[in-house]
Amino acid sequence: MTQRLKLSVLRHGPLLMTITIFLMAYIIGAQLYPAMQRPQAFFNLFINNGFLLILGIGMTFVILTGGIDLSVGGVLALTTAASAALLNLGVSPLVVMPLMLVMGTAIGLGLGCLIHFFKVQPFIVTLMGLFFARGLAYIISLTSVTITDPLYKYLALTPIYLPFFAKAYIYIPTLVGPALLVVAIYLAYFTRFGRIVYAIGNNEQSAALMGFPVGRTKVLVYGLSGFCSALAGIVFSISLLAGYGQFATGVELDVIAAVVMGGTLLTGGVGNVIGTLFGILIEATIISILQYNGTLSSWWTRICVGVLTLIFIGIQSGFALRKKK
Amino acid sequence: MADPQNLITVSGVSKVFPGVVALEGVDFALRKGEIHALMGENGAGKSTLIKILTGVEQPDQGRIELENTAISIKSPQHAQALGISTVYQEINLCTNISVAENIMLGHEPRRFGGIHWKKLNELASQALARLGIELDVTQPLGIYSIAIQQMVAIARALAIASAKVLILDEPTSSLDANETARLFAVMRALKQEGIGIVFVTHFLDQVYEIVDRVTILRNGRFVGSFDIAALSRVELVAKMLGRVVDELQALAHDKGQVAPQTEKGQLIEASGLGLRGALQPLDLTVGVGEVLGIAGLLGSGRTELASLLFGIATPDSGSLSIDGQQVTRFSPQALIKRGVALCPEDRKAEGIVGDLSIRENIILGLQGRYGWFKFIGRQKQTEIAEKYIKLLGIRTPSPDQLVKNLSGGNQQKVILARWLVTQPRLLILDEPTRGIDVGAKAEIQKLVLELVKDGMSIVFISSELEEVVRMSDRIVVLRDHAKVAEYDHAVSDRTLMQTMAGEA
Repeated sequence: MTQRLKLSVLRHGPLLMTITIFLMAYIIGAQLYPAMQRPQAFFNLFINNGFLLILGIGMTFVILTGGIDLSVGGVLALTTAASAALLNLGVSPLVVMPLMLVMGTAIGLGLGCLIHFFKVQPFIVTLMGLFFARGLAYIISLTSVTITDPLYKYLALTPIYLPFFAKAYIYIPTLVGPALLVVAIYLAYFTRFGRIVYAIGNNEQSAALMGFPVGRTKVLVYGLSGFCSALAGIVFSISLLAGYGQFATGVELDVIAAVVMGGTLLTGGVGNVIGTLFGILIEATIISILQYNGTLSSWWTRICVGVLTLIFIGIQSGFALRKKK
Repeated sequence: MADPQNLITVSGVSKVFPGVVALEGVDFALRKGEIHALMGENGAGKSTLIKILTGVEQPDQGRIELENTAISIKSPQHAQALGISTVYQEINLCTNISVAENIMLGHEPRRFGGIHWKKLNELASQALARLGIELDVTQPLGIYSIAIQQMVAIARALAIASAKVLILDEPTSSLDANETARLFAVMRALKQEGIGIVFVTHFLDQVYEIVDRVTILRNGRFVGSFDIAALSRVELVAKMLGRVVDELQALAHDKGQVAPQTEKGQLIEASGLGLRGALQPLDLTVGVGEVLGIAGLLGSGRTELASLLFGIATPDSGSLSIDGQQVTRFSPQALIKRGVALCPEDRKAEGIVGDLSIRENIILGLQGRYGWFKFIGRQKQTEIAEKYIKLLGIRTPSPDQLVKNLSGGNQQKVILARWLVTQPRLLILDEPTRGIDVGAKAEIQKLVLELVKDGMSIVFISSELEEVVRMSDRIVVLRDHAKVAEYDHAVSDRTLMQTMAGEA
């Protein structure tokens, strides 16, 4: 029994570590700035960073297969720019949203096909995808385009008051990230697709010899990430009520850092989406502490995230070495 | 060939790879409820035939029938769907997912559209119970031993609905005697159920213990299929090699003549050399022109000893001196400079560069010694490569053949050649004959003895006792990461075995 306990600690150690660090960061923040003790401060993490969570979920699946997706920020920006342009042309938002999701998925599937069929490194292919999508966003418009669509405005500005918490509220798009997280957990643990993603990340050749559809799964994973990027783009354009090619510049690296902090190994095969949630919450907490402080440069976020990511990688290697013994 | 007893009938199958004819007009038939050995030297075409049967490769010519219906096997998935399941020598499972998933994934039970975990774990436990194994199937596969992983691989192969044919590619190469016995019990039970088993192995004893019929391949050609009861061992070996072999006996004779030369002084002296968690402190000497055998079971510390001697790991106690000079910096680079060379156990991962040609692989060793900035002319390179290809009898159409296209035995020779060009003083051979056929084994053994005659010192690590005894002047026995005994070359296999097992 103790042996089993030890094994399960080793297995879930990195995740427990991430959760602990998030709690510590939040508690320290709440001590320094009492405003963070309000429930609303916690919900703000989700309101402000929902799009990061959505991107992180897609990215987690990609990294689990041993790949990487640098195109997410580009697809997000393209989605905001294209949505804004189409809405201003008078196209119904009920057409625009599904259309954007289809576009994102198609871009992802396309990149996945290049990676799989032409055996090009995911790094190169998705970097190209990033340039392509962001470039296209600037072709649509060189400046920020404001969205005036009534449905978008309604979604952006109508708070939903939460039960049990006095005066705490969120917006409808805030729910998208957590809802997607539930779907992702189901996808990862209760579908063949999810399990094959893990198998591929461990050993692609073995997975193929075990008779799994390796190629199809890899292509689908990039399709999923493209879908998530477009979804994040829709959420992003609703919250800012604008579309612009410069939105979320460099976000791909923030997302990758969050996924790594969440215990997912870049070599693939190890990690989970729950860890990614907490990785993103850690980033969000650091950002909000700096905002409450008000005097520190916002670049401290990057510095903190950099240091934390480094610490996490150290801890992960520690756990990996222990496991081997 | 329309024998209703036949599960699989292969006729006239050919396959050509760049520069090599891997199979040429091969016939093969597997009956229901038989264990059929597939034998041949390395490079005989066994692996290629298996790859064709499992859909990894497509034949260029020929016909494959399953239960007398012509089929073409398009992919590993397709093979499984047809009822042909394979367990590969290098276990192809995923160590990060649970044992149960490794067995059941691909045909997992579902509930409400998702995986029914409870049932999946139950079914996996049952599949293992069929093989007489009980373990926690929810743990990741990676925490279990290679032997258990092998059993899991077999369980997976069988769990696939309606498996009719089971291909076992050298399943016993990493199993100990008990585990092998258990595997054989399972194989016999499956045979009773009417499953046809293709069994690839290099162990003659095992062939005579369990096999019904044997098909022999040589150089990609079909030699014949025989009932094992009607074929003597000598005949079997002769057919595999295509000649009458008395080389092995001759070798033993050679050995008698060159025997102890320890008077020439010691090359390597280690005292109290050890590393916590890997090797307990031990004393060791290797004389000039001496073969020191290291015997021990898998995991006894053999490989750890080799990595200390080659500087891959740094010892935390004791000292090592070469030619009376203390080694102060442990790194492969430093020890190569002092004339130490290591042929590692896992040649694919640690030894060769598969995507480079034979010539380039051999020159790599020389370049390491000369330094990166000394240019070796192309003509000189080819000259050197050809010299060693001839010297070691590497079978290849040209020095520019890619190493990954060679058979295991020839790859091993390329690694040897790479070290020999640097003219080392101590050559550490970690399982140099593992997974290599009888003929190539004899050649490599003979080569080792010739090197010793020229004054090279050799540390010879092998799990085949008979080989260690035959080759070595002295033998050190390791058990549980510690040196337990040292014998001279007159020791018997039996004594060695008892020492290794801890009975003596």
